[in-house]
Amino acid sequence: MTAATLASPAPAANTPAPRPWTKKLELVCPAGTPAAMRAAIEAGADSVYCGFADETNARNFPGLNFSPTEMADAIAYAHKRNVKVLVAVNTFPRAGSPGSWHKAIDTIAAAGGDAAIVADIGLLDYACEKHPKLRLHLSVQAAAASADSIRYYVERFGVKRVVLPRVLTVAEIAALNKEIPCETEVFVFGGLCVMAEGRCSLSSYATGCSPNMNGVCSPPSHVAYHQEGGAFSSRLGEFLINKVPAGVPMPYPTLCKGRFTANGETSHIFEDPASLDASLLIPPLAEAGVTALKIEGRQRSRSYTDAVVRALRAAVDAHARGKPIDSRALMSLSEGATTTRGAYQKTWR
Amino acid sequence: MSDDATRPTLTLGTVLFNWPADRLRDFYARIADEAPVERVCVGEAVCSKRLPFYDEVLPDIVERLKASGKTVILSSLMLPTLPRERAMIDGLVATDGVLVEGNDISTFSKLAGKPHAIGPFINVYNEGTLAFLEKQGAVHVALPPEMPLTAMAALAPHAKTATLEAWAFGRAPLAISARCYHARIHGVSKDSCQFVCNQDLDGLPVDTLEGRPFLAVNGVQTLSDAYVNLIGDLRGLCARGIGSFRLSPHTCDMVAVAQAFRDVLDGACDPAEGERRIAALLPQARFANGFVHGKPGHQRIAVAAE
Amino acid sequence: MSSQSATVPELPAALSLGLRPLPLAPLSMALKILVRSAVHRHPAMFARLGDQAGKRFVIDPTDLPFVVVMTPRLDDPEIEAVRRGEEPAADARIAGPLAGLVGLVHGNYDGDALFFSRDLSVEGDMSAVVALRNALDDAEIDLVAEAAAVLGPLANPAERVGRIAAGVAERITGIAFARTRSEP
Repeated sequence: MTAATLASPAPAANTPAPRPWTKKLELVCPAGTPAAMRAAIEAGADSVYCGFADETNARNFPGLNFSPTEMADAIAYAHKRNVKVLVAVNTFPRAGSPGSWHKAIDTIAAAGGDAAIVADIGLLDYACEKHPKLRLHLSVQAAAASADSIRYYVERFGVKRVVLPRVLTVAEIAALNKEIPCETEVFVFGGLCVMAEGRCSLSSYATGCSPNMNGVCSPPSHVAYHQEGGAFSSRLGEFLINKVPAGVPMPYPTLCKGRFTANGETSHIFEDPASLDASLLIPPLAEAGVTALKIEGRQRSRSYTDAVVRALRAAVDAHARGKPIDSRALMSLSEGATTTRGAYQKTWR
Repeated sequence: MSDDATRPTLTLGTVLFNWPADRLRDFYARIADEAPVERVCVGEAVCSKRLPFYDEVLPDIVERLKASGKTVILSSLMLPTLPRERAMIDGLVATDGVLVEGNDISTFSKLAGKPHAIGPFINVYNEGTLAFLEKQGAVHVALPPEMPLTAMAALAPHAKTATLEAWAFGRAPLAISARCYHARIHGVSKDSCQFVCNQDLDGLPVDTLEGRPFLAVNGVQTLSDAYVNLIGDLRGLCARGIGSFRLSPHTCDMVAVAQAFRDVLDGACDPAEGERRIAALLPQARFANGFVHGKPGHQRIAVAAE
Repeated sequence: MSSQSATVPELPAALSLGLRPLPLAPLSMALKILVRSAVHRHPAMFARLGDQAGKRFVIDPTDLPFVVVMTPRLDDPEIEAVRRGEEPAADARIAGPLAGLVGLVHGNYDGDALFFSRDLSVEGDMSAVVALRNALDDAEIDLVAEAAAVLGPLANPAERVGRIAAGVAERITGIAFARTRSEP
């Protein structure tokens, strides 16, 4: 097990700082349930991230996530194995009742969680006032895409790491890292949000359930599948998201991955149902000064978690040893079996 | 509470679409002369590449609006990443006699410490965030368009210095991306987009596979197909502490839209008549108010007479 | 654990046919005993279902002549095997080859991948389906251990025998009836 440090160790006075690309990247892995967390740790996670089973976290799906007791047990379990636990409290508290969000922060601090991943300004303010020792990571839901935003969060709230929105190219990430006084974490594999996260109300428009307010996007409660004649269709609320011939693979009807018509043409207007795979970009991302690589997928099974974490553990270790990265193991794990490097390469835009 | 709380005000949001410079100049001239709105937002919030086409007419627009007695708000970009995009805020804060509206947190280091506005693209969902922003100098806060009335009602009593504003008219802004959908739909790259978004002055319609109107694309932005229309909800919103209403410009007669809202706010016209006036201005449009009712945003909920 | 293979083994047709005339009452009884035992062994799994525990699920092993109807309430769980076509109305239906369903219970397969490849089909209330999938995935169920646990003091020897039997059954059917364990 590798133990990547969250806090950078102080360099010895007379040794030069290591070249950035020799620094081992921290692999941050999804844990939708305690069992998935154990699977991620077993498979080689440096850190796991998870959330409470309520509206305080942005993966608020039925049957998923952790009770406060499970969270405390999970933190103890992970710490015994030298793995960090980062807890997402990354939705926006409801006006008039911020209590459960505050309690989530208090619970993390009490249970010794290694960091809280937060998006809301008011909640960051609460956390740094009430728990000055609690390490804060800025959630991707905060959509902090520029050095000015990130510096602001660092200066005002003492944020130690920012999870970068999936809108930047590798070159932009490199430039950003030179300008900001904190660590960066980037998505390396999994579902890809094409919109700036934390600034998207598409799900809310179709279903009334909002990522920002309720922690769900395109929720299963509003999904319906129909077999009609020779076609298989998926709906989100009242809206047809996709329709394919029987026998053709059908992805989950995430709104922005649907097929629609514009200008007389039918296509995946926003994004193909492809999954992000930036494993081959690990060397340039490391060179760009990134500290941690994040795997998306808290809503997936422990079998998926196990396979993806193992493959990326191998990729990160290969990179650390200066060996080439074999991305084939990841190919079969992708939703839709097609992958994209997303915004990391400029042509995506 | 500010004085505005006693008399609800109207804000004309900035034009979100790629309109040519002469259209913008004419539009704002007429707004300056005829529209019963207190505040007018000006500036590029969506795509920095559009700005060179009209930035030379902006100073005249601002002066014209100021001369007519409107409060001028300069709106910042929603998702600045490039160095020149980040520098845009410097030009806004250097302008005298205007209020600057931050639409991205990157503007905060420049806005903090002086009176400023918070645009609808910054997430202000609760009293903790509102209090923090007020301490920083926010005097006017546009709430997220998806926010339900129950949340607005819970938030309003916490507003000490800021006027709270609801998204009251126009296609709802739903998402922003690094990817340009106009370019993608037209099969061109973002870097050589040929400014195809200038063909759709109210956005490019996106329909479901069944032909049901759903969304509208505006470059890197995605909006609703339906036009949000809260003219029937104004009294309930005012009663719960919302002090301002944002009208987002479309190619329809915005002076007439503003007049209808003004008349309903003043009691000169009942909400049902207001609905009819708005519907007559946009015979092809679908209207929605689901968000304020805590329902899917595309729905239209009939408002019971109060 | 196995990968996300889209090819789930089907029960040999002869075996499936051979099962057709068997009465279902003893199977229903065995399932009831198994589920009552599981309630005691895995209360967290039932708790994880939350509001969805009161929903009625039809589990449809498409290569067997019957379906299982269940309502996984913690206080009063119901489960029954009925002939396909005779099942009552349900909130959700999950259908697929027995191997896929057993693999899901054991966490050997990823539900999303099986659904995407159409090895698995789901209908009805997706919240219920997702909750069941997540609760099962967290519970790290091993069907052989569950079956053996029913026997109380004989559980340990029964589990040993069960594992051997499961191994034999796996060679015949291609279905992993016992969970592969990766943890010490």
